[in-house]
Amino acid sequence: MADVKQIIAHRVAQELKDGYVVNLGIGLPTLVANYVPEGIDISLQSENGIIGMAGVSAPDHIDPNVVNSGGVNVDIYEGAAFFDSAVSFGIIRGGHVDMTVLGALQVDQVGNIASHIIPGKMAPGMGGAMDLVVGAKKVVVAMQHTNKGAHKLFEEISLPATALRAVDMIVTELGVLEITDKGFTLRELAPGVSIEDMQAATGAPIVIDGEIKEMCMPPEA
Amino acid sequence: MKDKIITAEQAAEMIKDGSSVMLGGFMANGTSDAIVSALVERDAKDLTVICNDGGFGPQFDENGNETVPPKGNGKLIKNHSVKKLIATHIGLNKQVAEQMNNGTMQVELVPQGSMAEMIRAGGSGLGGVITPTGVGTDIANGEFTLQEMTLEGKDYLLMAPLHADFAVLKGSIVDKKGNVFYKGTTKNFQIVMATAADTVIVEAEKLVEVGELDPDYVMTPYIFVDYIVVGGDK
Repeated sequence: MADVKQIIAHRVAQELKDGYVVNLGIGLPTLVANYVPEGIDISLQSENGIIGMAGVSAPDHIDPNVVNSGGVNVDIYEGAAFFDSAVSFGIIRGGHVDMTVLGALQVDQVGNIASHIIPGKMAPGMGGAMDLVVGAKKVVVAMQHTNKGAHKLFEEISLPATALRAVDMIVTELGVLEITDKGFTLRELAPGVSIEDMQAATGAPIVIDGEIKEMCMPPEA
Repeated sequence: MKDKIITAEQAAEMIKDGSSVMLGGFMANGTSDAIVSALVERDAKDLTVICNDGGFGPQFDENGNETVPPKGNGKLIKNHSVKKLIATHIGLNKQVAEQMNNGTMQVELVPQGSMAEMIRAGGSGLGGVITPTGVGTDIANGEFTLQEMTLEGKDYLLMAPLHADFAVLKGSIVDKKGNVFYKGTTKNFQIVMATAADTVIVEAEKLVEVGELDPDYVMTPYIFVDYIVVGGDK
């Protein structure tokens, strides 16, 4: 059985289309790059100023002038480009990023997202997240469905919003939900997961509207 | 030609306590270590720092001994040189949250894309930035939001321009006239910051003679640069 995070990352990667410009958040979303489907060529954007980013650099092959948005040294692909923060966020805000993948603390049924602060507990700052969820053409939340059993999907978020009506799709280890005018619309269930399981883990009504497919698993699962 | 070259110590003296400083770099990548270290050395106080982030904080072993020193803006924060920090991300430096929670440092968080444009506006004569980023969030009530507005049916925030007394930057190659080239991801906020401060001081990782830096590769034209500190391998 593959790790839950790998399962989620693998499924998110199936959303990638040839030629996409993609920004991956720190943590689980970074794993999506490991599952890009064969024959699909994407360009990874890093908000600190790279298009054409590759993986983390080997310790003996570091360029001190090239880091990702977490400050970690990374490699770049041939043909990559560097630019300053104003251009980088022009790319992001201007609708030139086809898809962004990020985690969330809470998402609600109209697509409002809270991902950057728990007042009194954790306030790391929004970094580029507010711009990314507003500017990217498709916003995919990739996360574990609950926080050790506690809901993360609600009728209405209670934490401070990172953006309103921004999320398009949620991929978890239980399945795939799309935000539509009707709410959390069920598109896929992971093998062995029932609609009742999905509903129990979700703090808002699950909408059944159209076909429900089985979520694909990574090859090693 | 004006001689722009000064020492890091002279730069640190020039940046008086209480000054506002735009500090280039992104998670310490591209931050001037020479000038930041000189500011710590002279024990600068009450600075307002505008920087993407809080840098990397120091790391300690179980006995409280520092095992990894702070990096970038983290050096100024560890020295309690910063009275107010305007940043986009502070999650990789625990000392920022500590000082924020004990009331010794004020922190104002700004979305990264908004901050880049607010600095650009401050340096290029614009009265503000109209952005959809932050609509419906706490940013709408933030210090730098001038007003909420709706244009052609779409909601926006009008963000204030940012300006500072000093910009402290680091260039990969700087000629003696002050033209700057920044390698790789060290461009980050530095290109806009160079335009938005009264006095701009650039640490030169490599200093070259005038004419050696091809004009086509200049990212910050010399007119923006007031002083150069020779850094790099010392």
